[in-house]
Order: sequence, then C-alpha cells, then structure tokens
Amino acid sequence: MKIVIINYGAGNIQSIMFAIERLGFKAILSNNPDEIKAADKVIFPGVGEASSAMKMLLESGLETLIPTLKQPVLGICLGMQLMCNKSEEGNTKGLGIFDVDVIKFTPKVKVPQMGWNQIYNLKSPLFNGINENEYMYLVHSFYAPSCPEAIATTNYEVEYASALQKGNFFGTQFHPEKSGDIGEQILANFFKL
Amino acid sequence: MLTKRIIPCLDIKNGRTVKGVNFVDLRDAGDPVELAKIYSDEGADELVFLDISATEERRKTLVDLVRKVASTINIPFTVGGGISSVSDVEVLLQNGADKVSINSSAVKNPQLINDLAQKFGSQCVVVAIDAKQIDGQWIVHLVGGKVPTELNLFDWAKEVEQRGAGEILFTSMDNDGTKNGFANEALATLSDLVNIPIIASGGAGNIQHFVDTFLEGKADAALAASVFHFKEIEIKTLKKELKNNNIEVRI
Repeated sequence: MKIVIINYGAGNIQSIMFAIERLGFKAILSNNPDEIKAADKVIFPGVGEASSAMKMLLESGLETLIPTLKQPVLGICLGMQLMCNKSEEGNTKGLGIFDVDVIKFTPKVKVPQMGWNQIYNLKSPLFNGINENEYMYLVHSFYAPSCPEAIATTNYEVEYASALQKGNFFGTQFHPEKSGDIGEQILANFFKL
Repeated sequence: MLTKRIIPCLDIKNGRTVKGVNFVDLRDAGDPVELAKIYSDEGADELVFLDISATEERRKTLVDLVRKVASTINIPFTVGGGISSVSDVEVLLQNGADKVSINSSAVKNPQLINDLAQKFGSQCVVVAIDAKQIDGQWIVHLVGGKVPTELNLFDWAKEVEQRGAGEILFTSMDNDGTKNGFANEALATLSDLVNIPIIASGGAGNIQHFVDTFLEGKADAALAASVFHFKEIEIKTLKKELKNNNIEVRI
C-alpha cells in the first residue's frame, strides 16, 4: 500500500510517520501532485496556525488538488480544520470539503483544550471496533461545530464535531497517532478502507 | 469531559535516566525509552523528559533519544532542559517531540516565547516556572531554584500567556522534594489568573496530594518523578483513586 503524507511545511510529521511504521506500513512525504494522486491513502497533517498553513497550500497549488482526490484522505487536527469552509483563525477560507465553519472556544473554558477527552456518537467505518466514549488526545483552540458531516462528537464548552466525513474525505480533530493503542486502531481502520 | 492528566517526569543525563528507579522488571533501569514505554502502558497521559546534561554532546544525544521515544510510544511527550533558541526547538519537533518546555531561556529572553508560538504554534510551547516564597511573595527562580529573579510568579505567568505559551508547568521550590503535597493555594490563584492549562509540580508524596491539587489547586495536570520511579504510587492505582473522588481521568 502506498501512503503519502502531504508535505506543505506545516506541523510535526515525524509522529505520524512513526505511528504508520508501528502499524507495519511505510509512508512517504510529498508535495508532488502526481505522487499524491497515485497514492492509495493520503494523510493531510497540520499543526500550527490556519491562515499561514492555508497560504502554504495556495502557494504550492495543493489547495486545488486536495479536494479532487478520489482515494481515502485523512486530515488530522489543523488538517481537518483546513478541509472545512473557513476558519476564524486568521479569518482564512478553507478547502471547502466539509460544509462547516471553524470557530474558537470562548474564554469560559481554558484555551487550548489540551489533553484526553471522549469521542461518542461514532458513525463511520473509521471507528470499526472502537467503543463509544474512548479517550483521544486533543490540542486545539478552534473547533468545527456539530454538523451533518460529524462522525464523532466531543464535549468541551459545547458538543462539537471531533471527526468529520464526506465520501472519501475524513478528518479527525484528535491526534490518532498520539492517542495510545485506540488511536492506532483508528489509523489501522483508515488504512483498511 | 476533558480529563486531568498524570505526567511522570524523567531526568535525563547523556541519554540516560538519572534518578534511581525501582522497576524490577526493567532490563535496563537507565534506559529512558524502556521506562517511557512502561509508563505509557501503565496509563500515563503524557511524559516529560528533562535533559540535565551539560556536555557538548548533549544535543545530539538528546535528539537520538527523542527519535527513539517517538518511534516507541504513542502518547504525547515534552522535552525540556537547555533549550534556548528556535533552532533548538525545530530539531526536537522534527524528530518527534510534541512539545518543548523552556524555563531560564524564557526569563532571559521573553521574546523566545513569541517566536516559538508564532513558528510552531502555542500548543507546543510549555513555559516552566520555578518559584518560591520570599517574605510572602512568590518569586521566580532560575537554575533549579538557586538564583532568584526580580519576577513575581503571577506577573510572569500572565506575561508568558500573553506572549503565546500554550501551557504553564509550575514547580514550587518550597514543596519540591518534601513529599508534603503541591502548592495548591498558589496553583489555584494561577489557574484563575490565566486561561491556559496549568501543570502542578513539586511535592507529590501520596495519592491524596494528587486529589488535593486537582480539587483545591484547580490544576489541569500533575507532574511527579520519584513517587512514580520508586513505585511508591502506581499510576493505575492513582487514577482509580482519582476516579473514586469524582475526578475525571482516562482509565
């Protein structure tokens, strides 16, 4: 299986590389459109600030490529947020794959949310064999509100979409590569799609 | 609900754990990677590696260690000790560290916090603050509590938040090593003052101390070293007890 991690200069990619290796696969890092198109599975990572990450996607031309991909694509954390319509972070537009706008937690709660929280209302093959209310590791200040494309829900200040799916596009707000054995199971499920 | 986190801290010197550890089932008690794996399996929520080595070779050894830890464990970890520049942080993150913790270098050069937050995001910038009380004032100290600064703990905490820190690791030098409990009054004040997570450190001696720091100290996470290394407290038992006290934990 050919796994490509989209390399656009955003985020800590080594953790996801190691997690993929622990599952017995190998991934390559690439920003080459042909290589990305030819992959069996695509991972779209991201840590950092939304508008500058979006700027890097625009400059590299990946902004037009990603929404046209046909194979399973998994956006993680900021990657998921960038797949939405737009984000309040730096008031940037997104890739418009998921029909939801990313907004910020209010100061009623500590921001960022940092740590382990539960996922529930699971509805996707991504969560095959995963029990409701398992804990995932999350670090984020912005979130996608509940919406029809939500395939997992988490509660922090409000109930929000901690994972999204539209066709072949998947996104998780949590870090499966940092969420223990259950997180690795979710990654393994993605590679089985 | 977001859970309270339990964080074992490992002191590292030249790529090896320093403080004696009491794990009979360890093949090599000085191997940080093996210890990290055990803590991860026992239910630790995160790990902190504090590099206290001072040799020229330290950086390379630390980077090798970070890679080994990141390839072995699947929970987040923070690396601290001797980090003083954006390039120091870059190499650690590229090799799989999730967060870095800065202490003296932030006091000497506060702009470093802004620079790191801007380049890598606040989520990976932990500012560690060591403080002790002098004439009733919490004063920030450097070099493991030996050198006092002009800074007041609460002013400094507010400043690091404004500069973009994602988390504060507060160690009370008055409590550290005493095993008499965490500095809960100061912790609660901190937690109300800033809107970023606070990690309590210094003073853990028994399970009740953890209960107290979460309930009275309003801490978001608690860090300890020797009580875990010497198996005085097992993480599984600790988490069970926290749950019995209606404190949300990941079990």
